[in-house]
Amino acid sequence: MSDYAPLLDALTRLRGIRGAMVVTLGDGLPVAESLMGGLKGTALAAMAATLASRSADLAARGGLGAPRFLHLQSSDGSLLVAPAAPDLVLVAIAGRDVPLGLLRLEMLRMAERMG
Amino acid sequence: MTEDIRALSAQYAADPSSLIFLRLAEGLRLRGQTDAASKVAVQGLTRYPHLPDAHDLYARILADQQDYANAFDEWDTVLRLVPQHIGAHKGIGFLYYRAGDPDRALYHLRVAAELDPTDRGLRLAVERVAGGGEIWDVPMPEAPLERVARAAPIAEGSDPFAGLDGARDRLLLVDSGGLRLGGGLITPSGRDVSDDASAVLAGTTFEAGRAARMLELGEWTYLTIEGAELSACVLKPTPDTSLLAAMDAGLPAGQLAFLAERAAKTARAWLERVR
Repeated sequence: MSDYAPLLDALTRLRGIRGAMVVTLGDGLPVAESLMGGLKGTALAAMAATLASRSADLAARGGLGAPRFLHLQSSDGSLLVAPAAPDLVLVAIAGRDVPLGLLRLEMLRMAERMG
Repeated sequence: MTEDIRALSAQYAADPSSLIFLRLAEGLRLRGQTDAASKVAVQGLTRYPHLPDAHDLYARILADQQDYANAFDEWDTVLRLVPQHIGAHKGIGFLYYRAGDPDRALYHLRVAAELDPTDRGLRLAVERVAGGGEIWDVPMPEAPLERVARAAPIAEGSDPFAGLDGARDRLLLVDSGGLRLGGGLITPSGRDVSDDASAVLAGTTFEAGRAARMLELGEWTYLTIEGAELSACVLKPTPDTSLLAAMDAGLPAGQLAFLAERAAKTARAWLERVR
């Protein structure tokens, strides 16, 4: 778990980030996490992995190619997922009005490093 | 008069959700920095897809970049939102004049001139296109047919995305059971994957809604999937339909949600007509 701790801590230092995790894609289990109080790691891991799997299926059937980044935008925040090492995804959850461009870039860089 | 770009940029960086992007993008446009202006305008439109002045601004940037087809679409969007928008009538009038269609140019310029009788330059433009000042004695004609047709491109009920870029190969509308209602999806290599994608699209939107609900993120608005070949934005135009809008990978991510929202608007209008 400690291998990913510095990456997750760096992510959660960005403004408006409520938490970050590394999650297994296949079964949605947390591998490492850095979450603010109130966020349930197991729920976030399961939801992020399920959404990533569904999106990967759509990407495959729709000819999008391998997914690089997912962004679920909602009225009160965003869920962001970047496929990283085989069977792992990097997940972040952000509040409203967060500069997502910077967060996206950081996540893509970290996912590349994890790979 | 140009605005202080540095100050506006700082204000925009401090509060990206504010309307300051309008002044910043306009300032950049006036300085000839149209790429930067375009980026700011598209970011703003992503947050405010129904703001007429944002579409008008983006249209002027596109016109400066000589992307006249997309500028027309933007002004057309403005007129759907605000039929009496002076800037959009001026812009479309200019584009028609440039395209060698003086009748339609004259119509739009006259509408703009009547909405703003104090704009002397506009009156002169009308007279120049009309060939003299006698034009003011001629009654205002009906709206040209083509504009009416563009404003209602789906009257026949056959195509939910008629008139939009990518209507046949980059936009897909499905019902809650995964059956395709319209549009199509073709891969960059030319393979038609419309039905394959349709079959899993509704399931993906269901999962997006469930994730937003379970994670207490509020009501979800869209999901973007950046792929190696194409990027896609998925959303629900209505509670019982799902829509996918795709564009080439590498194009600005912020544009995707904007394009999808525009397609969703068109799809909603189509659904209202055919149901």
